[in-house]
Amino acid sequence: MEAAAPSMGERPFVFITVNGKEMDVEPGLTVDGLLGLLSIKREYTAVAVNREITPKSDYASLKLGDGDKVEIVRPMGGGAR
Amino acid sequence: MYDTNLVLGGKDFSSRLIVGTGKYSSNDVMRQAIEESGAEIVTVAVRRVALPGSGESILDFIDPKRYTLLPNTAGCYTADEAIRTCYLAREAGLGEMVKLEVIGDARTLFPDAQGLLEATKTLAREGFTVMPYTNDDPVMAKRLEEAGAACVMPLGAPIGSGLGIRNPYNIKIILETVSVPVIVDAGVGTASDAAIAMELGCDGVLMNTAIAAAQDPVAMAEAMRLAVKAGRLAYKSGRMGKKLYATASSPLEGVPDWTS
Repeated sequence: MEAAAPSMGERPFVFITVNGKEMDVEPGLTVDGLLGLLSIKREYTAVAVNREITPKSDYASLKLGDGDKVEIVRPMGGGAR
Repeated sequence: MYDTNLVLGGKDFSSRLIVGTGKYSSNDVMRQAIEESGAEIVTVAVRRVALPGSGESILDFIDPKRYTLLPNTAGCYTADEAIRTCYLAREAGLGEMVKLEVIGDARTLFPDAQGLLEATKTLAREGFTVMPYTNDDPVMAKRLEEAGAACVMPLGAPIGSGLGIRNPYNIKIILETVSVPVIVDAGVGTASDAAIAMELGCDGVLMNTAIAAAQDPVAMAEAMRLAVKAGRLAYKSGRMGKKLYATASSPLEGVPDWTS
């Protein structure tokens, strides 16, 4: 199968970037699904898709599309150094 | 001696020492040092999760029920980045108290005054308790207070430099200029630096490297707890005046006569 006509029909993968890393995922994958796939704990974690912060209540409904840039963050060691 | 609490964002804190969580040799040393410091507020960075997700989290070592977490915007160079980081921190459940940094220069890590003021205005309007890291500039401190900052956090010296309080006179003027708490953030290298900040009348001190980079971080954390306490007590006690010449402490009368 060729990916020549991206506008029509089913495509095998959706290409996204997660924390700067390129990934291909199944079409229809939600934020919730992505966190599960990457085994990321939900507690004290926040997600932004294309610079917009995703409320936790939208995790299950927000589907990732081609070219989406996802940032997943959590607290880390740091301070006034 | 009776002392009032440090009040930030409507919360009372009896400790006036705020500590960071970076640069420790291990999470376990960090946990012990924070415990020994007596700090009630602990600042954390907000960073990308490592992929694939690793199990360990800094919050396995700092109990968020026991400590007030203070997410910081370290590494942000624009108001926009800093504001987005604060929203992310809030969404992550880290609360609404933020240590706002908008850095203007990578080599000195000095703040970008314009970006800092802009971000303070926006975040204060959005309900955040904004604690801005700023220059030791009294005019800027006043502007930040007017913009809705919950306190001002002037640097003692560049971040991570350990050079101490380089301009105590400016810190003193800031203390006389604003009515919000003044917390020295950055520059403290050892216990006497923390004591000096508190003796000047500062409401608190925030530090990270001074503890984390000490040979024995847990012992230094204890030293800092005591220094902040000692400096505060000395300030509240009202120190004696300075004089150029000696004044005898013992009575001048009643000295035996040994002349023959």
